[in-house]
Amino acid sequence: MANLNINIGKLQLKNPVMTASGTFGYGSEYSDFLDLSRIGGIIVKGTTIRARQGNPYPRMAETPAGMLNAVGLQNKGVDYFISHIYPTVKDIDTNIIVNVSGSTIEEYVETAEKLNALDNIPAIELNISCPNVKEGGMAFGTSCLSAAQVVKAVRRAYEKEMIVKLSPNVTDISEIALAVEGEGADSVSLINTLLGMAIDAEKRKPVLSTITGGLSGPAVKPIALRMVWQVARAVKIPVIGLGGIMNAADAIEFLLAGATAIQIGTANFIDPTVTIKVIDGINEYLDRHNFQSVTDIIGALDI
Amino acid sequence: MLDLILKENKILSDQYSLLILTSNEKLPDILPGQFAEVRVDGSPTTFLRRPISVHYVDYELNELWLLIQIKGDGTKQLANMAVGESINLLIPLGNSFSEPTDKDARVLLVGGGCGVAPLLYLGAHLKKSGHEVNFLLGARSKTDLIELCEYERIGNVFATTEDGSYGERGFVTQHSLLNDSTFNFIYTCGPTPMMKAVARYALKTNANCEVSLENTMACGIGACLCCVTDTTEGHVCVCTEGPVFNITKLKWQI
Repeated sequence: MANLNINIGKLQLKNPVMTASGTFGYGSEYSDFLDLSRIGGIIVKGTTIRARQGNPYPRMAETPAGMLNAVGLQNKGVDYFISHIYPTVKDIDTNIIVNVSGSTIEEYVETAEKLNALDNIPAIELNISCPNVKEGGMAFGTSCLSAAQVVKAVRRAYEKEMIVKLSPNVTDISEIALAVEGEGADSVSLINTLLGMAIDAEKRKPVLSTITGGLSGPAVKPIALRMVWQVARAVKIPVIGLGGIMNAADAIEFLLAGATAIQIGTANFIDPTVTIKVIDGINEYLDRHNFQSVTDIIGALDI
Repeated sequence: MLDLILKENKILSDQYSLLILTSNEKLPDILPGQFAEVRVDGSPTTFLRRPISVHYVDYELNELWLLIQIKGDGTKQLANMAVGESINLLIPLGNSFSEPTDKDARVLLVGGGCGVAPLLYLGAHLKKSGHEVNFLLGARSKTDLIELCEYERIGNVFATTEDGSYGERGFVTQHSLLNDSTFNFIYTCGPTPMMKAVARYALKTNANCEVSLENTMACGIGACLCCVTDTTEGHVCVCTEGPVFNITKLKWQI
């Protein structure tokens, strides 16, 4: 049994496998299927300062080897999270991380401040990359200046581990990563979904109510892997890789490309126990290749 | 998560297959209206699970029946599975139809197309509780009215076809039964325009009405928030708060 422990800045994880925001609810949705405490970290649903209804139905379109979603950050707001969700998740023996989103810098800051006060939330993931909201979200993550501004402002208000989730819908993701690193991001996670579109030709209508949506699933994996590799070479802070990871082999590819940890998203919808299989699979791989620790394979791509 | 074995695949037409699944272990308790998220292996263009309503459960034979309508590659793959193959399901999911507390309540079950599927198991439950069950089933043509004998074993069957090849010609809401009788509880599942027409009739006649929605889903367990419908309480997941909704809760323009 190899050592699976890793650190992401100040954050200690029992293994490098986390769940991606918006695909794992608040964890409890999956507790019938697996032991949540086995997962390295659970990143809960995108949380905003006020409750949001999200976008109208239809919000999902299946595509070959992927899916488009346009949920639009439906959530009950940070105060509801603190009063109703936090008490139910705070004692789960894993890292519970809250994904934070907003329409303005002030909203990000205010939400982060409230979460800073919660003892058992060791980190936030700053979502500057949601493609499904009209204001804020991805708009912050697609220019170096606005990405830097929001990270700088939240950094002043938030003391614990700040992960910044990056958008792939940019020309050069490394530039954005460097910009947020420069303003105090402790780590970056990438990629959020790729902006896409689906059309129902028979009806001559878009499938999604928002016309465009975010593509996830195996279809995006090669792009995600490339971006993780590029960013890991550009920045000094840890990189968390995600995008189309379906099994342990996929996860290992991201680690080899330079990710310190990985997140599993869409795959949870097909196999609710996939996280456990990936953890076991990474362990099996390390044993088979005689590695003592998972840290031995981070960025160990042989070029 | 449950792995079941395909015991029989009844190909009912070029569009419909009835999968009869079984297990060496006792099937879980499943209520009428609940559904399964069925994993599909080997489909060329789909990879998500398919939400399929429970057509019938025979606890004596330990059988779960799923009625599959071929819509795309995923359902095509399911409909063509071979006997003896294993199918992975998340089941039971969602809420269930409610039963009238009044044993004398007159019940009507209205189904259209593949929406007839959950009504068979519901009918069996209502019959067991002592209700006289009335099915009103609609389809384009006689060949789309599948397995009528199964419904006839449980209750009275009334039918409409759009081409008049079986039962009365027209839509379910045009059936003479609705002029001749009144009902206290109406359950419906099928295409949305049909369910809305049924809901209109129910409101007009002061009947309690529950509909089963078939929104596009990813996870089936309330995590992805893709399948929402708008209700008096805002957007809620059809997979966990539904699929069955009382029409008074839905924000439908009826």
